[in-house]
Amino acid sequence: MHIAPAFSCLEILDAVYYGLMARDDTNALQDIFVMSKGHGCMAQYAILEDLGILTPGDLEEYCTPDGMLGGHPDFGVPGIAASTGSLGHGLSISLGMAYAEKIAGTNRRVFAVIGDGEMQEGSIWEAIMLTPNLDVRNLVCFLDLNDFQGLGRTSELHPHFYPVAQKLEAFGWQTAEVNGHDTEAIHECVRAHSNTGPLFVVARTVKGKGVDFMENVPIWHYRSPNPEEYRYAMDNLSEVTE
Amino acid sequence: MRNRFAETVYRLGQEDPRICVIVADISPAGSIEKFRTEFPDRFINTGVAEQVMIGMAAGMAQRGLRPFAYTIATFALYRPFEMVRNDLAYQSLPVTVVGIGGGVVYSTLGGTHHAQEDIAVASAIPGMTVISPCDPLEVEYATEYCATQSQGPVYLRLGKAGEPVLTEDAVEPFEVGKARYIRRGRDICIMSYGMTMKQAMDVGGELEKQGHSVSILCVHTLKPLDTAKIAEALGDHDHVVIIEETSPHGGLGGLVKQVAFDEKADCEIHAFSLKDEFIHVYGSHQALLAAHGLSTDAILEKIHARIGKD
Ligand SMILES: Cc1ncc(C[n+]2csc(CCOP(=O)(O)OP(=O)(O)O)c2C)c(N)n1
Ligand SMILES: [Mg+2]
Repeated sequence: MHIAPAFSCLEILDAVYYGLMARDDTNALQDIFVMSKGHGCMAQYAILEDLGILTPGDLEEYCTPDGMLGGHPDFGVPGIAASTGSLGHGLSISLGMAYAEKIAGTNRRVFAVIGDGEMQEGSIWEAIMLTPNLDVRNLVCFLDLNDFQGLGRTSELHPHFYPVAQKLEAFGWQTAEVNGHDTEAIHECVRAHSNTGPLFVVARTVKGKGVDFMENVPIWHYRSPNPEEYRYAMDNLSEVTE
Repeated sequence: MRNRFAETVYRLGQEDPRICVIVADISPAGSIEKFRTEFPDRFINTGVAEQVMIGMAAGMAQRGLRPFAYTIATFALYRPFEMVRNDLAYQSLPVTVVGIGGGVVYSTLGGTHHAQEDIAVASAIPGMTVISPCDPLEVEYATEYCATQSQGPVYLRLGKAGEPVLTEDAVEPFEVGKARYIRRGRDICIMSYGMTMKQAMDVGGELEKQGHSVSILCVHTLKPLDTAKIAEALGDHDHVVIIEETSPHGGLGGLVKQVAFDEKADCEIHAFSLKDEFIHVYGSHQALLAAHGLSTDAILEKIHARIGKD
C-alpha cells in the first residue's frame, strides 16, 4: 500500500480538484486530471469519494476481489482519466489529451502529477521537449518533489536532477515553485500563470506528510501499517487537521 | 525467490569480479545490500529508468562484464523492450534480465504490474533464453548458470519472496535447457514451471489420492524448449496437463500441442493458463489466479470432466 506517496501529493490534488478544475453549469468537472504517479492514487480515491464520484463502499472494498479500486488507477473507474501505475506514461497521455482539446477549440485544461523519481524516465523528457513545440498551453504539470523515490533520496541518487525548474525553462515551459502542501499558494501560482505556454509547477513536498513516523522514511514508500501504527497514524492525522 | 537470487549473486560476485548488478529503483533487498557495500563499483541504481538499465548492461557486457539487470518483470522487459532485443539479443550479450513478480504476483497493483505475456514476449526474441524457476533451489541453479554462461541474454523470471522449496526430492537434476521430472508416475503427467508449480503439486496430490499415478514434469526452461523430453512424456502418459501462469498465446500449452502434433502423440492434453484478458481484479495472488481460472479446485473440476473421477 503506497501511503506516503499519497500523503505527499494530497494538497496538490486538493488544490486541483477544489480550486483549479473548471466545472460546467451542473457543477460537473470539465477539466481533466491525470495521476501520472499512479501509485499515489489513494489520495485521488479519497477526493473522488468526497466529490460523490466514488462511494464510501468503493473505498471499503479497495484492493479486494469484490471492489473496483486497485493499487493503481484504472481507466473505466469513475473519475479516472487514464490507467497509470507504470511510471513515465502520464505526461505523454496528458499531452495528447491537451492537444486534442486544443484542436477541438475547447477551453479544457489538463492537470497532471508526476513524481521526482518518475521524472527519471526518458519518456517524461520526450513529453517535456515536445509539449512547447506543439504550442500546447492548456497543460499544467505538477512535480511532486519530495526528494524520495523507491530506494532512497533523489538528491543522493541523482544530484544533477537539481535544479529542476531551470531545465524546464530551457525547454520552453513556464515554471513556478511552490510549497506543495499549501493549497492557497498552489491556487495562486497557477492562476498567476500567463497562459503563454505550458506550466510546470515544482511543488516541494514531504513524503508521508502528516504522519510523523512516515515522513521522509523510505520504507513507508510501500509498507502497510500494522494495527498499532495505524491507530497512532490516525491520531497523528487528526492532530494535524485540527 | 528474490532472497535466494540476492544471496547467490552475492556469493558468486565475491569470486567473479565481472558480476555486476544494475537495478532501476527496485531492489531484491537481502544480500544485495552486502553486494552493494562490498562492491560499490559493481552495483548501480539507474533510478526509475529501465531503458538505460538495459542499454548500459549491454555496454558493460561488451566490455567483458556480466551484468544482472533487475526490476519488476513488466518494467524489466516491456519498457526497455527494444534495448533487450537490439542491444542484448541482437548482439548476443551475456546479460541476465531478471524480472521479479512474473505472472500476476503483484495481485493488488493491477494490470500495469502483471507480467502475463512475458514468456511469449521474451521467447519471441531470437537468441533469448527464458528460465522460470519454481522454487529457491531452482533460483540458485539458474542464477549460477546465468553468471557463467556466455551464449547470450537470459530472461530470468522470478516470483516474489517466501516461496516453499518444492524440488528437494526431485528425481532428476536441474539443468538449463532440460525439462526434469520432480516425480515420476504412469498415467497423468502434469507439466508446469514457476509459481504455478505449487498448483501442479496440489493438483497432482489430489489426483494421486483418487488413484491415478501422476508424474510432475518441471519445464523451467521455456526456451530453448526440451522438445525431446516433452515428446517422451507425451508418449509415456495417457493425459498431459499443463498449468502455467502466463498468457495462452506463446506459452507452454501451445508449444506442447505443437510437439504433440509433430510427434502424432495420442494422449489427451489439458492446458491451463491465464486468460487472454486484462482482468480488473485485486486481492491475494490466489484470488487473482482463481479469477483467471487457475485455482486448484477449478483445474481439478475441469480435469475430472475429461477423465472422470473414480
Ligand atoms: C516504469 C516503472 N518503473 C518502476 C516502478 C516501480 N515504482 C513504483 S513507485 C517508484 C518510485 C517512484 O518515486 P517517485 O516518482 O518519486 O514517487 P513518490 O512515491 O516519491 O511520490 C517505483 C520505482 C513503476 N511503477 N514503474
Ligand atoms: Mg518522490
